[in-house]
Amino acid sequence: MSKYFKWLDLGFIRVILLVLVPIVAFLFSFAIGRYGIPVSQLLSTLYVHYFGSSTAQASNLDTVVFNIRLPRIIAGMLVGAALSTAGAAYQGMFKNPLVSPDILGASAGAGFGACLAIFLSQSVYVIQISAFVFGLIAVLLACLINKHLDYDPTLGLVLGGILISTLFSSGTGAIKYFADANDKLPEITFWLMGSLSSVDKRDIASIIIPMLIGFIPLFIVRWRINVLAFGEEEARTLGINTRRLRFIVIISSTVITAASVSICGMVGWIGLVVPHLARSIVGPNYRTLLPVTGILGATYLLLVDDIARCLGSVEVPLGILTALLGVPFFIIIFKNNVRGWK
Amino acid sequence: MLELRNVNYSYGPSQVIHDLSFNLEGGEFLCVLGPNGCGKTTLLKNILGLLSPSSGSILIDGEDIRYLPLTRLAQIMGYIPQAHTPPFPFKVFDVVLMGRTSYISSLAVPGKEDERIALESLEELNISHLKDKIYTKISGGERQLVLIARALAQQPKILIMDEPTSSLDFGKQHLVLEHMRHLSQKGISILMVTHDPDQAFFCAHKVVLMKKGRLLDIGTPEETIIEKSMKDMYDIDVKINGMKLPDNRTIRVCIPVPKPSKLVKCRIPLNSFRGGSKLG
Repeated sequence: MSKYFKWLDLGFIRVILLVLVPIVAFLFSFAIGRYGIPVSQLLSTLYVHYFGSSTAQASNLDTVVFNIRLPRIIAGMLVGAALSTAGAAYQGMFKNPLVSPDILGASAGAGFGACLAIFLSQSVYVIQISAFVFGLIAVLLACLINKHLDYDPTLGLVLGGILISTLFSSGTGAIKYFADANDKLPEITFWLMGSLSSVDKRDIASIIIPMLIGFIPLFIVRWRINVLAFGEEEARTLGINTRRLRFIVIISSTVITAASVSICGMVGWIGLVVPHLARSIVGPNYRTLLPVTGILGATYLLLVDDIARCLGSVEVPLGILTALLGVPFFIIIFKNNVRGWK
Repeated sequence: MLELRNVNYSYGPSQVIHDLSFNLEGGEFLCVLGPNGCGKTTLLKNILGLLSPSSGSILIDGEDIRYLPLTRLAQIMGYIPQAHTPPFPFKVFDVVLMGRTSYISSLAVPGKEDERIALESLEELNISHLKDKIYTKISGGERQLVLIARALAQQPKILIMDEPTSSLDFGKQHLVLEHMRHLSQKGISILMVTHDPDQAFFCAHKVVLMKKGRLLDIGTPEETIIEKSMKDMYDIDVKINGMKLPDNRTIRVCIPVPKPSKLVKCRIPLNSFRGGSKLG
């Protein structure tokens, strides 16, 4: 059987699971929520929406499914896939399994950008653009520091990332200090905790292009990230233009990370945990690991967001949940992981 | 095949390599010997294109390597580093496949032909049984052989090795050397940096002796590795003698004979060690 899935280098059952689990999670997420929808009604709503007569009035159900749940589900899956894929790519590039996508300051920069825009009373749209742009600026600055240091390229990048993250976090702190404690400060704080609750169709439209710009190159170079894990010099003697490959990985990962943070705020731990989960299932070869990480990341964030939606009468911020669940999850993965670690 | 012409290299103000010139012919096994810090590793990095000479040039079949793209260079030269463990537990076969990097378009993943060549490289070294093992979990000697297989998958004309046997046990060292000797008989040129003059005696056609970044001597092992040059490089007295092998080769060995006066004075009488009194 495994021959038919040669391109993924996986067994039949694993492939079926990797296809089925996200689909089940996807349908499941439609059904649950404060406004519970039985599966039969969900299916009939879907049928009416796509195949029903156009004169039929949009029902209450239709509005919930297509204007509220669908954008949120798609956003959750995109963000989960993005943060996980970026994390996996960075772990390979930095030869370090404990790296997450914000290592170069993308999240800290985006957080600062968003806070600044909130502080200046800008619209939601401007907040997103500001977050995205500052995320890119932060990573660019980290790369400039690395160039200026002229040190070992991977260590220099990490150092640059730490410095820039600190810089932007203190900037965020300053903005919080000066923000109006009655309306701006809670808004900033809530934004920083991360949430998908306000996502709508327009948000999806605005991040879909940056997501594609990031995902496609990462998918194309995925096999070569393996070679980078053997270190700068060996990769070069094997014929890899390490500078160019690093550039592609950094740009792509930064674009998808910044796009994610711009619509849902800071959602930590996904980029660290999910690549390890994927590695424990399919092994460390990036040819398979990168797509599988994306699929698992999408499913994971979707399910965590379902929990955030249903847990209490008030939504629990997503960033808090991913961190809370991330810790025990991480311990379980490390404890049982045979193939992916050591 | 590989030619160094008056190569100089400086790290900032300090010059590490001074006016070095030598040739490596097709199928030749060349050993570079020299004390720690004499510039051997810097020399290798220059040859591999990781560093560029401050002046002088390095040519492969008459072409300056500075103008060869990295992928072309990787198809001509295979580098065998000292075995170390990467942070992720790759399968041995995947590691060997990485030797095919320079043949694979940057938009693609390895194909059937690449897998066939990787398998052949494993067979060449009689380690096909390691194919599905985890690279980080096999022994150091096996890892070194896997790295040689990876270099062979590059289908190179030249193999460059940096002390490939330094972390191996006595038996594995000679297994690796025997494989290398065999590869050079098949027409691959080999340039190996080593700390052990005996290894040069065992497998080299030509020896380059280096001291403080300069060429001390070049020639056959028998001509160059002599009491005087060893004293000059390592500041130690040696005796060199030949030993006849069953296949009529005479292998020379180099044995250090340090002068007792040079050792740190030992105040404890030797026979006071445990076991010493029994012997005495």
